[in-house]
Amino acid sequence: MILHELLSYEILRVIWWGLLGILLIGFAMTDGFDMGVAALLPFAGKTDLERRVVINTVGPVWEGNQVWFILGGGAIFAAWPPLYAVSFSGFYLAMFAVLACFIVRPVAFKYRSKKDDPKWRSRWDWALFVSGAAPALLFGVAVGNVIQGVPFSFTDDLHSVYQGAWYTKFIGLLDPFSILAGLVSLAMLVTHGAAWLSVKTDGAVQARARAIGSVFALISVAGYILAGLWLAYGIEGYRIIGDYVTGGPSNPLHFNVERSASWLSAYAERPWITIAPALGIIGGLLTFLGLRAGREVSTLIFSKLSILGVISSVGLMMFPFILPSSIDPQSSLLVWNASSSHLTLFIMLVCAAIFMPLILAYTAWVYKVLWGKVTEKDVAENSHSLY
Amino acid sequence: MEFGIVELSRLQFALTAMYHFLFVPLTLGLSILVAIMETVYVMTNRPIWRQMTKFWGMLFGINFALGVATGITMEFQFGMNWSYYSHYVGDVFGAPLAIEGLMAFFLEATFVGLFFFGWDRLSKVAHLVVAWLVAIGSNFSALWILIANGWMQNPVGAEFNPMTMRMEMTDFFAVLFNEVAQAKFVHTVSAGYVTASVFVIGVSAWYLLRGRHTELARRSITVASAFGLASAFSVVLLGDESGYDTSLNQKMKMAAIEAMWETEPAPASFTLFGFPDQEARETKWAIHVPYVMGLIGTRSLTEEIPGIAQLVEQAEGRIRSGLIAYDALMVVREQREATDPAVMATFEEHSADLGFAFLLRKYVDDPRTASEDQIRAAANDTVPTVWPLFWAFRIMVALGMGFIVTMAYFFWRTSFRGMRYPRWSLHVAVWMIPAPWIAAEMGWIVAEFGRQPWTVDGVLPTAMSVSALSVTEVALTLAGFIAFYTVLFIIEMGLMLKYIRKGPFQDVEETEAWMQRHQNRLVGRRNADAIAQPAE
Repeated sequence: MILHELLSYEILRVIWWGLLGILLIGFAMTDGFDMGVAALLPFAGKTDLERRVVINTVGPVWEGNQVWFILGGGAIFAAWPPLYAVSFSGFYLAMFAVLACFIVRPVAFKYRSKKDDPKWRSRWDWALFVSGAAPALLFGVAVGNVIQGVPFSFTDDLHSVYQGAWYTKFIGLLDPFSILAGLVSLAMLVTHGAAWLSVKTDGAVQARARAIGSVFALISVAGYILAGLWLAYGIEGYRIIGDYVTGGPSNPLHFNVERSASWLSAYAERPWITIAPALGIIGGLLTFLGLRAGREVSTLIFSKLSILGVISSVGLMMFPFILPSSIDPQSSLLVWNASSSHLTLFIMLVCAAIFMPLILAYTAWVYKVLWGKVTEKDVAENSHSLY
Repeated sequence: MEFGIVELSRLQFALTAMYHFLFVPLTLGLSILVAIMETVYVMTNRPIWRQMTKFWGMLFGINFALGVATGITMEFQFGMNWSYYSHYVGDVFGAPLAIEGLMAFFLEATFVGLFFFGWDRLSKVAHLVVAWLVAIGSNFSALWILIANGWMQNPVGAEFNPMTMRMEMTDFFAVLFNEVAQAKFVHTVSAGYVTASVFVIGVSAWYLLRGRHTELARRSITVASAFGLASAFSVVLLGDESGYDTSLNQKMKMAAIEAMWETEPAPASFTLFGFPDQEARETKWAIHVPYVMGLIGTRSLTEEIPGIAQLVEQAEGRIRSGLIAYDALMVVREQREATDPAVMATFEEHSADLGFAFLLRKYVDDPRTASEDQIRAAANDTVPTVWPLFWAFRIMVALGMGFIVTMAYFFWRTSFRGMRYPRWSLHVAVWMIPAPWIAAEMGWIVAEFGRQPWTVDGVLPTAMSVSALSVTEVALTLAGFIAFYTVLFIIEMGLMLKYIRKGPFQDVEETEAWMQRHQNRLVGRRNADAIAQPAE
């Protein structure tokens, strides 16, 4: 096959770096409100009927949303195999915790209302709370760790090894900066969940969601700004030294990397990327105002823009780094050395170009069919068929 | 067996994969059966078919939730526990997994919500389309997963790149149309269809035994027995044997299944029963059926099937060839683009056997320093443990034959005996329910245990594929999965039984009203022969 050489290896790598970002953002925008709604469940809904209203706002769509997570895993595997290999085994126990949450959540949605026993339901409600809040926190913690560098290195035949015993590996993830990143992520997704509930519910549930959501919107904006200041003054960034090729074989050991200066110097080099953090902050503030003012659809859009800004600001700031190594900067994964082969990237791009628009189209259609508020009356009338 | 990181990781993968596959076959088959029932509803407009769709759809939903949940583990486990595997073959193996997400999983997961919640929001035809999209999505899902799995059994369309120290794709269409993958796909989805048919017939038989929901049960058996009969033939006749002559390891798997220690003159006999003894390389108390093996394995009377001893000799030759490749690779790794073209040429000539040199890693750090004894021992390691394969295969095939007989019987009673079933046959149908699951799990044991000692046949040994984790970490997650999955299993079985006992509870009044009118119409036709009456 010669066709794949139509696009240079370098360009394909940048495209796939962008697609990785789009997948993460797509995941945060769709499954993000599922997580936020689950985290809000015990607080936004007080009676059983109210809680069923909350659950049924995401009932018909969570399955599709969760596929963003699975597709993200698959796309990292296919397009960035070294990233998949290093990060998933490096964050081993944290990954297990996330998996456990993503397994409990579907089961909890499906099974919670299948028995009338209040104890049974209450247990599932708290399971849902944990399965929404814990991954939202852990994803942020992971990003905090990635920004600071992860303690791994490669052997000559590219086995990845990690520093530290298993418990230090796990506890070590929870440094102060990463905890802050985790809180930003949690606050952002709870806000997003509140914005979703504001669109899909009315009455008491909606009022509670708005009140809680507006507090978390402010927390997420404040935390995000604090993290930025911390990056400016307290955390060293990474940079490539010496000559390198951007279209060469994917072997991290062919590059030289050192720790120096701040990640934020990227904003001096590429001033246009300032648009991302600006979007993150302004979107967050508008979400706060929207929740206070009782605007529905526009608030959800602001919340999405805020997520877009926050996540893309991390990626754009770190480019071309994907996963720096704190103990052996030489082993750091870059856009230029951690991708699949030229042919695989091209084939996957063709598949993505065919299927992504289809996915977006039918997902939009499904949301349209399901448009409208979920009320207590609906739940009471369709008690058997709803969650 | 000592439990190191490799054994624990294997155990974890086997447990989570086999657990996942408790839910997959029913999803594959029931999605189609439900879509067929809804098609009948849309065509005839008879409420009972809508009730059937909703009832079996409800059971489908309980099962689907756990299938989705446990599937997530599978997608992430490669990176977590099999880090070197992910690095080494991700360029080829990752692609079908990602395409599965793009093309299939998104489709089924997005529309499954609409299937359950869209009855009042969609027109009849639109809802039917949604039901079929869920079924198609589920089945496409299986296709891509089996393309990935087929590549592990028969790694075509890829070659080793010494610059990146991994396998890279050279021909996507070879991966796509891998004959092992295609055979596996047909075999696996057919097994899913049989599973769902046995399940539907079994549950319906239970209702008939109790005299409950007889109209729903009889119609369900009609659909499931026809669908199940075709699938049972497909699963046995189009078994995935067609791929067993494609590679050394696949041949080894075949020889191990048959406990065929030495090459026999063609056509080989089939060992119906016996106790394989790996140490002595003989099968005790063996009962042979002449000719059958040669016919199954090669579909000819003259072609020989190689025995285990001969295949071990071939493996030894490939280890020696692999050592030449390994030696050249060490040079290429140091000198990169500046490598002497002669060394490069040597490497390329032998690179297909590189994986065989890695088998020596079990004995020495640098394969080049291996002794003759170690090389022989490594060649011997290419033989998987025979007795589990031997027995798993026989149990699977016996059950497969049983499904053909059962389905044929119910199809005959449905079509020619006026949908009347003797009580003994209904009891058999109820007791049959677990059988397809046993057969499916046995099938996976044959396929994956038989692939040992490789994760990717001839390319990467299992022992080299694992992550650099501590035993504690893997033991913790293994214990976590076992505890977690056990609880989920109990909950799922509890709900499944509860809803089966409860029976259909949606659209009850409408269906009964229609049923009354329908009975009256049938009675009104005085002289009509009851059997000649249409099923409705």
